[in-house]
Amino acid sequence: MEVFFLYGFFQRAFLAGVFIAIACALLGIFLILRRDAMIGHGLAHVTFAGVALGLYLNVMPLAVALFVAVVASWIIMKLKVKAGLHGDTAIAIFSSVGFALGILLVTLSQSFNVDLFSYLFGEILAIETSEVVFSIVLAFVVVLLVVVNYHKFMYMTFDRESAKASGIKVDRLDGLLTVLTAVTVVLGMKVVGILLVSALVVIPAAAGLQVASNFKQAIVLSTFISITSIVIGLVLAFLLDLPASGSIVLLSFLAFGILFVFRRSRR
Amino acid sequence: MDSVAAEQKLLIEIQNVCYDYGYGDVLKDVSFPINSHDFLAIIGPNGSGKTTLLKIILGLLKPRLGEVTIMGKTVEEFADWKKIGYVPQKATHIDSLFPVSVKEVVAMGIQSSRRFPRRTRGEDICCISRALQQVGMGEYKNRRIGNLSAGQQQRVFIARALANHPKILMLDEPTTGVDAKTQEHFYDMLQRLNREKEITIVLITHEVGIINKHVEQVACLNQTLVYHGSHDEFCRSDEFKRMLADGHHLVSHHH
Repeated sequence: MEVFFLYGFFQRAFLAGVFIAIACALLGIFLILRRDAMIGHGLAHVTFAGVALGLYLNVMPLAVALFVAVVASWIIMKLKVKAGLHGDTAIAIFSSVGFALGILLVTLSQSFNVDLFSYLFGEILAIETSEVVFSIVLAFVVVLLVVVNYHKFMYMTFDRESAKASGIKVDRLDGLLTVLTAVTVVLGMKVVGILLVSALVVIPAAAGLQVASNFKQAIVLSTFISITSIVIGLVLAFLLDLPASGSIVLLSFLAFGILFVFRRSRR
Repeated sequence: MDSVAAEQKLLIEIQNVCYDYGYGDVLKDVSFPINSHDFLAIIGPNGSGKTTLLKIILGLLKPRLGEVTIMGKTVEEFADWKKIGYVPQKATHIDSLFPVSVKEVVAMGIQSSRRFPRRTRGEDICCISRALQQVGMGEYKNRRIGNLSAGQQQRVFIARALANHPKILMLDEPTTGVDAKTQEHFYDMLQRLNREKEITIVLITHEVGIINKHVEQVACLNQTLVYHGSHDEFCRSDEFKRMLADGHHLVSHHH
């Protein structure tokens, strides 16, 4: 195992990956239980527009994507509450419009190239030091904010009305959760790419939820599955020359599959 | 010596409250006080505005006219919400697959009133156990909430409110669909909390005909306040007879 860590790029990928894995798993649990699992998918598509804009303007695509995703997440949330649209209509619309915009901008900037592909399919093993620092700091902030608001998020997810009646500012926390999701999606994009990032948010959390009998267990189990999928995925990608993104997502799906079968067989 | 009644303090005052959802008034000019130590049932047929009124008191809805003051402050100013334990209508809105243990549900009550979180331990764990014992759910603390019966879930929600040492418990339709015997136990428990812990009890129900003997005051709503006073007098009132005749008893006590 030590041999991997002799390689700087592997160390970087490993470090950033673990932090992002934790952020994804934590948020994933809340999103699934709030029946908001698709928001990751929608925001990923919007993120594509952000990346395309960055490529078009020739400024840091990661930073532009972050900005665009956060703004979009805010609008989606407001639309959901105020526009009287059913369920995830706002997400469905934003997701396709984001992608359409992205395609347009990419074509205009003539950047249908390797660079774009790395955003679409992820390229964690090629992550640069500056991006590692950026990712770790942001992932750390996400995790910290979720931990600080853990009980409030749990309360409002479980029983929104009682949470509100107990004085919790649920609307403000909705906003926070949405923005944190946007940040996490952009970070996850570096690991597995735009096309697979929603899997990183949803699958480990869904796997943990299969067998958890309490909330703490769900959090611990999902985080463990998320980290393990990323670490093993990276090692496999490195050893067998496989794409890291595909390996990571398939591994987390394997964990989900095993736990799903386990839960069904326990009945 | 002063009587118990003289020691009662005004906790909540509902003043000229009007509310509409955009299709006519649901509540019209409703005013009445809720005092400490009260055991009050807000009753009325479906659509009479009971739940709306409860939500207005809890600050979940804003009245079109009028105002509610809690312990001397308007709902907007009032901040000490842990003093008011809200027990929602049971089970109906709870996701039975939600992975949360009974202990965690009660902890939500304590933890959410804190500005900064800290781990649930020591004194919190004692507080959780005590609250669960008060509602007779002490042995269930590690069970998953979704695996309990609706009545048991209801008790856990009461424990969640009790863990914050509330002055008032507000219960929304607590005994709908619960059999007579369980109902009796349930009201006994509420009476114990009311007498021993001096917690004011406010519950709403549409089952006019079966208000339990433990209930001391009645506020009868039918968009307007049609009666407010003691339970005994209410049972002798014309209003009560009229409502029974209109079929508002809905569920019989003896089935």
